[in-house]
Amino acid sequence: MSHGVQARFQLDYRGFSLDVDLVLPGTGVTALFGHSGSGKTTVLRLIAGLEKSAHGHLEVNGEVWQDGKRLFLPTHQRNLGYVFQEASLFAHLNVQRNLAYGMNRVPPAQRQVSLDQAVELLGIGHLLQRLPETLSGGERQRVAMARALATSPQILLMDEPLAALDLKRKEEILPYLQRLHDELKIPIVYVTHSPDEVARLADHLVLLDAGRVVAQGRTGDLLTRLDLPMAHGDAASALVTARISGHDAAYHLAHAEFAGGHISLTQGVGTALPLGSTVRLRVQARDVSLTLDHHRATSILNVLPVTVTDLSPDSPGQVMVGLDAGGTRLLARITTKSADALALAPGKAAFAQVKGVAVVG
Amino acid sequence: MLSDADLGAIALTVKLAGLVTLILLLVGTPLAWWLARTRSWLKGPVGAVVALPIVLPPSVLGFYLLVGMGPNGPIGQFTQSLGLGVLPFTFWGLLVASVFYSLPFVVQPIQNAFEALGDRPMEAAATLRASPLDTFFSVVLPLAKPGYLTATVMGFAHTVGEFGVVLMVGGNIPNQTRVVSVQIYDHVEAIEYADAHRLAAVMLAFSFTVLLALYVLNPTGRRKVAA
Repeated sequence: MSHGVQARFQLDYRGFSLDVDLVLPGTGVTALFGHSGSGKTTVLRLIAGLEKSAHGHLEVNGEVWQDGKRLFLPTHQRNLGYVFQEASLFAHLNVQRNLAYGMNRVPPAQRQVSLDQAVELLGIGHLLQRLPETLSGGERQRVAMARALATSPQILLMDEPLAALDLKRKEEILPYLQRLHDELKIPIVYVTHSPDEVARLADHLVLLDAGRVVAQGRTGDLLTRLDLPMAHGDAASALVTARISGHDAAYHLAHAEFAGGHISLTQGVGTALPLGSTVRLRVQARDVSLTLDHHRATSILNVLPVTVTDLSPDSPGQVMVGLDAGGTRLLARITTKSADALALAPGKAAFAQVKGVAVVG
Repeated sequence: MLSDADLGAIALTVKLAGLVTLILLLVGTPLAWWLARTRSWLKGPVGAVVALPIVLPPSVLGFYLLVGMGPNGPIGQFTQSLGLGVLPFTFWGLLVASVFYSLPFVVQPIQNAFEALGDRPMEAAATLRASPLDTFFSVVLPLAKPGYLTATVMGFAHTVGEFGVVLMVGGNIPNQTRVVSVQIYDHVEAIEYADAHRLAAVMLAFSFTVLLALYVLNPTGRRKVAA
């Protein structure tokens, strides 16, 4: 296998120990998710060579950057892009020269991304002559992303690029991140502690805790595994990949189809999803209720036939129910009393009433 | 207005201070870099030695340098083995002494500037393919420019202002070691108060102008080190 990242790192210092073995896919976004102190940023810095582990092996797209013996490629010889939590632009250079800084140091034959492309992708054309100190936090972060991309990296590493921003700035940047996700053919490794960013951006997920990998796999699978903490609590949700199959202009609805049935989506004016496009939908467990009979008379638009696969206690009085909807996994968070009243058990057929669906990508 | 002897003293002072500043910027940069970045236990002792001239009476520093550069001192032995003779009471001896004397005034502003940068600009440059040397010239030096401006002005001005070390190491030889501060002393000794006044006024105007330029050109805290 020549694409993707294979990384093994062991590190012991100042009371912190890290021991990880990762295999990351060659395209798409991999999120390194965990609490602070879980080692997620350290893993990213190890991949970049900003941190050195005595025992490690790192291979990126078939190229060995570090082996267990002598080889340790210094950061500036690694073909990567890195976006720090704070934009870390060079204060003495304007935006244009910040962008050119990395690009000029890449041999012309290896340049695949032009400055114009990077500028266009992040929408920073109007900022080129400005000095970093005159930019807003969100603008700085977009310049930092463009600057990293302009080096035509083989891998893009991002360390909580939204963590230092307020909610409004986050919403301003997320569409650009989704664009990077859709348009770049390189792997993106994205460190975050935000379940929301994971649901919106990540294809692949690595859960870290205290320097160890708790689980790694497809985001959709991991988000709904009842033995993992992410599948519990208020933010627990499932991801559904669906295709837009029709519109109902009169009711401002779009119809989306997936293996488990079809879902109607409410649409804002002027934000029609193109017919045939693939969308990523987020269904929160707290928005899903269960019924054993398919009531026609209900205000809930989306009612899907499902089979109960597993149950797990959630917060007191609440239970998280794993569901199979024609091969797509959903979660329902209901009261323990209801679960008992419906006699829910693995294998039982039911109908999931989905109250809310968010288009996240 | 100023006599030939006065002008000679001024020229000698400018030459001395200019050379000292140049040497200190070259020597002080790696030293300041090491002091700013090292985690070695030696940082404390080396930093203290660098700072010694700030607190030592110039006569003490001058005395040790005189002994050290004398025929039996380690520096004297070395210069003699090179066939250069001994340094005290020559321009070159004065130069060496001044380099030690003004060292902290150049090293400390540069070291402070380096420390204020932190690791991040260097890390960002490395992820943008810049080698460490490339990073030093393309990122570190431009960002540390205010520190260098301060270091240059302080190094030059402090060398111009030295007196005790000159007397101990350089003596009072026209066009060799008789710098402006010594020349003023001579005028006063000879009760030539008018001459002393003129030269002293030149020094006062020079010092004020230099410091004014420093504060105007280099307002601290106006530019953030890294955005």
